[in-house]
Amino acid sequence: MAFAYFPHTPDDIRQMLQRTGVSSLEDLYADVPEKFIYRKEYDLPDAMTEMEVRRYFEDLDKSNTKLTVFCGAGAYDHYTPSAVEYIVSRSEFLTAYTPYQAEISQGTLRYIFEFQSMVCGLTGMDCANASMYDGPTSAAEAMLMCVASVKKRKRVLVSSSLLPNVLDVVRTYAGYHGLQLDTVCVKDGETSLEDLVEKLSGGDVAGVLVPGINRYGIIEDLSGYADAVHAAGALLAVYSDPSSLAVLKTPGEWGADIACGDAQTLGIPLSFGGPYAGFLACRKDLMRKLPGRIVGATTDADGKRSFVLTLQAREQHIRREKATSNICSNQSLMALFVTVYLSLMGPDGLRKVNDLSYGGAHYLHDRLLATGKFTDAFDKPFLKEFVMKTSLDIPALQQALMDAGFFAALQTEEGYVSFCVTERRTREEIDALVDVINLMR
Amino acid sequence: MSKTVAGLRYSESHEWVSVDGNIATIGITDYAQHALGNLSYVDMPEEGDEVVKGEEFGAVESVKAASDLYSPVSGKVTEINSDLEDAPERLNVDPYANWIIKVEMSDLSELEDLMDEAAYISFCEKE
Amino acid sequence: MKYYDKLIFELSKDGRCGYSLPDAGWTQTTSSIPDGLKRTSDPGLPQVSEPEVVRHYTNLSQMNFGVDTGFYPLGSCTMKYNPKINEDIAGMSGFKGIHPLQPRSTVPGVMKLYNDLSSALSAITGMAGFTLNPFAGAHGELTGLMIMRRYHICRGDDARTKIIVPDSAHGTNPASAAVCGLEVVQVKSLPDGTIDVDHLKTLLDSSVAGIMMTNPNTLGLFETRIEEIAELVHGCGGLLYYDGANMNPLLGTVRPGDMGFDIIHLNLHKTFSTPHGGGGPGAGPVGVAAHLLPYLPLPRIDGQTPEENAGRISGFMGNFSVLMKAYAYILMLGKQNIRMAGPLATLNANYIKESLKDCYRLPIQSVCKHEFVFDGLADQSTGVTTLDVAKRLLDYGFHAPTVYFPLLFHQSIMIEPTETESKETLDAFIDVMRKIAHEASVKSDTVKSAPHNTPVRRPDETEAARHPVLKYQDMVAPSAS
Repeated sequence: MAFAYFPHTPDDIRQMLQRTGVSSLEDLYADVPEKFIYRKEYDLPDAMTEMEVRRYFEDLDKSNTKLTVFCGAGAYDHYTPSAVEYIVSRSEFLTAYTPYQAEISQGTLRYIFEFQSMVCGLTGMDCANASMYDGPTSAAEAMLMCVASVKKRKRVLVSSSLLPNVLDVVRTYAGYHGLQLDTVCVKDGETSLEDLVEKLSGGDVAGVLVPGINRYGIIEDLSGYADAVHAAGALLAVYSDPSSLAVLKTPGEWGADIACGDAQTLGIPLSFGGPYAGFLACRKDLMRKLPGRIVGATTDADGKRSFVLTLQAREQHIRREKATSNICSNQSLMALFVTVYLSLMGPDGLRKVNDLSYGGAHYLHDRLLATGKFTDAFDKPFLKEFVMKTSLDIPALQQALMDAGFFAALQTEEGYVSFCVTERRTREEIDALVDVINLMR
Repeated sequence: MSKTVAGLRYSESHEWVSVDGNIATIGITDYAQHALGNLSYVDMPEEGDEVVKGEEFGAVESVKAASDLYSPVSGKVTEINSDLEDAPERLNVDPYANWIIKVEMSDLSELEDLMDEAAYISFCEKE
Repeated sequence: MKYYDKLIFELSKDGRCGYSLPDAGWTQTTSSIPDGLKRTSDPGLPQVSEPEVVRHYTNLSQMNFGVDTGFYPLGSCTMKYNPKINEDIAGMSGFKGIHPLQPRSTVPGVMKLYNDLSSALSAITGMAGFTLNPFAGAHGELTGLMIMRRYHICRGDDARTKIIVPDSAHGTNPASAAVCGLEVVQVKSLPDGTIDVDHLKTLLDSSVAGIMMTNPNTLGLFETRIEEIAELVHGCGGLLYYDGANMNPLLGTVRPGDMGFDIIHLNLHKTFSTPHGGGGPGAGPVGVAAHLLPYLPLPRIDGQTPEENAGRISGFMGNFSVLMKAYAYILMLGKQNIRMAGPLATLNANYIKESLKDCYRLPIQSVCKHEFVFDGLADQSTGVTTLDVAKRLLDYGFHAPTVYFPLLFHQSIMIEPTETESKETLDAFIDVMRKIAHEASVKSDTVKSAPHNTPVRRPDETEAARHPVLKYQDMVAPSAS
């Protein structure tokens, strides 16, 4: 029976076999030892029609509880303007491969160039790559980059105030790559400069990773960090929420050498964790150590402005076993997503997203304080995410909120919970959430 | 047929060396630049770095290839050719007129392991 | 395709906006943040209206070639058709709103997808279980090697730091090994591109963690001695890693798990029809044999955290919407249609090979699997190179094959048609390839200066690398040099 994705008619198959001189489709596998030909029935469902497939996924969708999100921890519920999804779904972008043939890939190459430019603008860095898998892997690659750039040092320091999943991924990569990883402790909700300086004193550290906004939502004051790191001959990488950089001091302004993070905050839907897009940017002197795809401008045979993949010689397909990164793709379509998002938002729109998130988060914070069931965990500036100490039983709190349709109050430590508010949360939603808490004992 | 220069010494990894007292001036051969194609970048050590015979001291990159540079001698880098930073193509134009690093040699006997011009020509023919 | 020369920044005008956001009436704004924590520089984002944005990116898209545009015979990339039902499903708004840390009890539908896809991939490959977390093929390789290392380390066998990789392997194999802290040892290929088993024997000892293989290999040839290779490697205590880049011809016919592979990664964006998206997002699930299940990374589908786990390699649980697309495709295939996938891909490759071998040099004559390699034109006297042929194909509306890979030949043209291409498409491609071969002898200059009909022509890559211009800001204000 014919199948929608396979165009071959029985007659086509017969003619084509004739040309190849092979008597049957089975004989195309004559070189495979018989014992490896799988003759049993595959343990798969019967082939479905489109309508049945749709029903399968609609059933899945119905079984999930839809909750209003008041959590962050590395995934933020920002609004996606309609035009973004519309552009990203164009099949010329969607069904293209990596832009190896520059002549027929100028669309992909140009939006990546725009993406790199926007990442540089937001982070204050000199150059950026075409995107990474996600934020945590971009942080791991930033650490590998430090070790590849600072000769004969194999130790990296990471702040304990980074999101736990960022720390875990960096730890995994570092462990297998043979790096020594130590954490810098947290003091008053921020990376301890004192502890950092002490751990740098051995003169064996290649790179240091600290967050711009940390796991408690606190905007870290990184004054003096770059000087301390550079004085020890190491490189500083800052893990940032790029959306916040419309307002906050940039990694470049803090004196960082590398900026990394997750571009999910730039309008990418939560989608249970992916696809998102990491970003990685650096100062000019590290340009040739930057892993991944990079697009550069040039001219063509007729002198027309053109774009090509460049600086690929360091890359795995040429350097092979000497590579310091194995990434050979990017999250290209998500880079387009972010580029279109940022084009629509512009500097004012992005600032407004931050203002709305800030306003809503502080409104919720103040209302939670007023319930008498929460107190401040820290007295530090925050943007959209914050942690409070609570006298309530946390599992009961989470359950009560969930029963009312809210996903909120993630536990960060024993007795502490975090909340997050983006521009999508309305006053009514916040009031309703507080009402649930007011009813709790 | 790639060019060679009389009086230079050559390594199997296609670097050339010219010797003046205990200073070795090191570059890549015409054979090497030809194999790599249009060079786009030369990664050089810093002055004062120690290099070891047979070990990497830098790399050259073209659009399609990247190749490590192996030091033909051991010693301390006394000078790097900073002209190459902005104009790596000089190595394509004349690889013998454009050196990469100068090294103060710590063991002159290492020079004996290198080939002379005739030996290098026949080495290249076999490559 | 027409040339369109704008960048979004060049459409910017102060005061324009493309957004629409509410005024929530909050009393506090970011102006309350201490000045010392705020940026002072301009973020350099464009100010553009929505219609301008939409038109700009639509124009850019029209300079792009995708599978929906035309035939894309890129070897080793499996550019098969991307079914549209996949996109509809991934676009369902319910899934988009799920936070990755939402308790599993609230998302049974999501967890069912992970379980069902993992089971289906296990059934298709003969493995015991999967992690769906890796984001791409290379990421899957790295994850698989981490599992391999972790296995040896947990057994106290930590001297196993060498990984054997064929000299014909994809470049990612040695790169992934290097990132994973393994030392690469190359095993030689025989003239037909298969592994030199005698050479392999000399490499096997107690320092070997395992071997990475693709089967069929990069020349599209099945490693017929795979059983012997598996016995040898297992015999010395190593593990077998299967690079799933070339899984497509085996789809519905052969299972890597049955051949003795312990660890495998799949590229869902190749074998399982999810779109490549111009270089991602893809997905690179990793499957393992039963004895390696405890080593799968975190977070795991089973929710467990066995002590042996290989660590965490992703922020959350992979590219979820890509996983949905792949499962939609598997449901469409079902146990019936999957039987035809690999064989038709193989038929298409052999059909092209046999139809062009008089015009292009065919170093390996035998029946291939999903792809094969020509070593340039049969007539080498014209001076027309593989690059020229590739560029000339663009003029005729085809994407070029993979060129100059594998490195075993100097003029490699690697062709992979996939099963979703019709005989008529292949015939049209064959006609054009023959025409180019003819042009090479009668008007070689036309071929050497190709392409002629594309938006740009042979951009200067050397200049791009010598004087990198990587962002718009550098274009506006070029440095003093």
